[in-house]
Amino acid sequence: MAADPGRVRTYRPMTDIDAPEAAPTRVGDEGLDARLVVDRGAFRLDVSLTAAPGDVVALLGPNGAGKTTALRALAGLVALTDGHLRLDGAPLEDTPPESRPVGVVFQDYLLFPHLTALDNVAFGPRCQGVPRAEARTQAAAWLERMGLADHAHAKPRRLSGGQAQRVAVARALATRPRLLLLDEPLAALDARTRLEVRAQLRRHLAEFEAVAVLVTHDPLDAMVLADRLVVIEHGQVVQQGTPADIARHPRTDYIAQLVGLNLYRGRADGHAVRLDAGPSLTTTEELSGPVFVAFPPSAVTLFRDRPTGASARNLWRCEVEGMETHGDQIRADLTGELALAADLTTVAAAELDLHPGAAVWATVKATQTHAYPA
Amino acid sequence: MTSPLGPDAATGPRTGRPRRRRVGTGGRRGVPLPLLLPGLVALAFLLLPLLALIVRAPWRTLPDQLSSTQVWQALQLSLVSATAATAVSLVLGVPLAWLLARTEFPGRGFVRALVTLPLVLPPVVGGVALLLALGRNGVIGRWLDAWFGITLPFTTTGVVIAEAFVAMPFLVISVEGTLRAADPRYEEAATTLGASRFTAFRRVTLPLIAPGIAAGAVLAWARALGEFGATITFAGNFPGRTQTMPLAVYLALQDDPDAAISLSLVLLAVSIAVLAGLRDRWMTGA
Amino acid sequence: MTRSVHRTRRMLKVAGAGAAALLALSACSSSTDSATSKDSASSAAAGSSSSPKLSGNVTVFAAASLKESFTALGKEFEQQHPGTKVSFNFGGSDTLAASITSGAPADVFAAASPKTMAIVTGKKDAARTPATFVRNQLEIATLPGNPHKVASLKDLTASGLKVVLCDKTVPCGAAAQKALDASHLKLTPVSYEQDVKGALNKVELKEADAAVVYKTDVHAAGDKVQGVEFPESAEAINDYPIVLLKNAPNTEAAKAFIALVRSAEGQKVLSEAGFLKP
Repeated sequence: MAADPGRVRTYRPMTDIDAPEAAPTRVGDEGLDARLVVDRGAFRLDVSLTAAPGDVVALLGPNGAGKTTALRALAGLVALTDGHLRLDGAPLEDTPPESRPVGVVFQDYLLFPHLTALDNVAFGPRCQGVPRAEARTQAAAWLERMGLADHAHAKPRRLSGGQAQRVAVARALATRPRLLLLDEPLAALDARTRLEVRAQLRRHLAEFEAVAVLVTHDPLDAMVLADRLVVIEHGQVVQQGTPADIARHPRTDYIAQLVGLNLYRGRADGHAVRLDAGPSLTTTEELSGPVFVAFPPSAVTLFRDRPTGASARNLWRCEVEGMETHGDQIRADLTGELALAADLTTVAAAELDLHPGAAVWATVKATQTHAYPA
Repeated sequence: MTSPLGPDAATGPRTGRPRRRRVGTGGRRGVPLPLLLPGLVALAFLLLPLLALIVRAPWRTLPDQLSSTQVWQALQLSLVSATAATAVSLVLGVPLAWLLARTEFPGRGFVRALVTLPLVLPPVVGGVALLLALGRNGVIGRWLDAWFGITLPFTTTGVVIAEAFVAMPFLVISVEGTLRAADPRYEEAATTLGASRFTAFRRVTLPLIAPGIAAGAVLAWARALGEFGATITFAGNFPGRTQTMPLAVYLALQDDPDAAISLSLVLLAVSIAVLAGLRDRWMTGA
Repeated sequence: MTRSVHRTRRMLKVAGAGAAALLALSACSSSTDSATSKDSASSAAAGSSSSPKLSGNVTVFAAASLKESFTALGKEFEQQHPGTKVSFNFGGSDTLAASITSGAPADVFAAASPKTMAIVTGKKDAARTPATFVRNQLEIATLPGNPHKVASLKDLTASGLKVVLCDKTVPCGAAAQKALDASHLKLTPVSYEQDVKGALNKVELKEADAAVVYKTDVHAAGDKVQGVEFPESAEAINDYPIVLLKNAPNTEAAKAFIALVRSAEGQKVLSEAGFLKP
């Protein structure tokens, strides 16, 4: 196996994203084993992916990171410059897209507008040589499973976003793929529909017996839908692991921002970590060498005057750079001795008379920080 | 349809196609003058010559003018050959349009320019070119004659060929434009569902671009119906075999302008009837 | 300066009239020869003959079969009368007649048949009675070497021979029909061409084996076709009338041009092209 086995671990499906233990499964002939290299001059994608049947892997990354290119390479819509692609042991690099056992749910679904929902779903089986009547029966069964039996004869333009999405999933599954690809499956939906469709999709993915790879830039979608996250930045994998692992131990600013943590790199010596950014920080963990330290914005307490009686540890002089509302919370972006984000209630913000430019003291309890080896 | 998803979710198309907005019946409101005036001038410019034709038509002698069998022969031949030329254009032109729109090959821009050449070529020159290629003594025609005994000039097939030659570019350009505007990802979606590129074209792309094909076919048909220069040069002029309406009109003009006007009126009336009929049937809902 | 302005305006008028001519299928196309500069014009005119000094543009509408000889005569005329310019519009006589009766500003009309001339005189657009200046006789044009051994009009009726005739609505077609009728022959061609050049082209391109055209056309085609004279052509000799038009913008120069055409010199040029004397 040419993949980088040292870093790749796979996990069984989980029902609870906070469940910490997830046993790695052996990747043998079954499942996906790929190294996708796509060279486009200025941009180079080089991503290794492995997954066992039943796995749901999310490719997470900012726009332009190469997620969609990776997905298109898996589908055969983009040729590999280098690397390999094996599915259930069979090499697929040179197989045209129509002959790959791969189903794709496109970002805006791309339901064929001239066909009914039923015929959209029957399209795949028909192409595989299933007789028309049989293909329609199968399609009807898929729509039934998706709760769309009533809309079988509707044209796509008559379907709501959520319904269209489910038709697209049914259409992709109807070819009985060994690899299901979903490109931003929820991005086209409004917030309310999204909640409902996400839950349904999660159920369908959990039932799906082969490998599913989904692309998203939304961490919540990734964490709810996937067993394992692969974070891609600039065409490279920067981190992968369970959602819980990644949420707790972000290794890049992008991920830290996604999961809403303050993240710093530094050198630990016992409980003290000398941050690369300057000041020191005290943690509960005892480590040595290069580490990451993370803490949530809610762990930060702000004072207008230097708090008396408190220990001088983890206390920094800062200035409010900007503020924005986050639900019923206010998030304050601070600069100064340490750049950090702090969450406080609207009432607290008013009492402190916070405004951009205001000088504040920020403190974090050591018990609320979390340090881990870099 | 009831949906708990709110009005936007319930009615908005979600397939990546632009949202169609329903235009109210009071669409005349606020038409800007700089558009209205030239538009009306253009309409008048296009209709005035036709109007003159109607005004100057010899209505009294019209029944006599149109009673000759030669007129109806020419009309029938025109309709049959224009339709056949359109069919030829469809069968050959749509694949060409697809090649131009969806494949990469060296010199594609040049080939696209070549395709439009019959549009700028004077039709008579086109006719001569066809003779040089497919005539009894032509580059290819001599072999057709020698091997199969087929000669195309002076035959109805020759009329269809001449008309297809000048009409096909209209279809190719129209279909190619529609293909370029159509989302190629539908074809990709079809291939991920197991469709070969041809199946994807036939079952997905073709229905998607049907309105563009219909528009191109109507253009090609209209052009073929009015074709004169290439037809008379390549296929000659023989009543019932190669004499189409435009040829009959031209020759009638030589010694009897009134007859020419009468024939033109018939051609106009038939064209308007067919085009209006097709427009209602095909173009709506496009 | 004023002259160039005047000329431009006249050109516009020509163009306008051309566009206005209802159903005039062939637009006026004037073959423009190099215009002599004003300086050389006046100096040459000083040494010229006693004839009144002519100037300006003469527009001649002439039957297509006159193209070669009239173009030569036009050059001749411009040399004889420096400062003048002869513009030609060659085409089917009927088309030209239709343009003239629709108001196209021409000075001279030379038609290939009295019948087409009658269209112009019938609308009272001619300034005087037309005069026949040449005659044209039919001839059979065959492929070079006459591979089918065509020797008479009757030979054209042989089956398997592809013959093209002019359409009966144009002079060469009417003349051919007259000759066929006179000899009681029935000939079914593969095509009735819209004009004599169209008929000749089909033989030149070897699409047809023979065509009935004018002597002058066979002459002009050189060795691309071979001419076969036939006695019946005497039954259908075509008179070419020429006339000064009523609304001629340049009457004096137009008269001089007609005179040149009818002069011994003009007749020489025309007979060299295969025309018969009137």
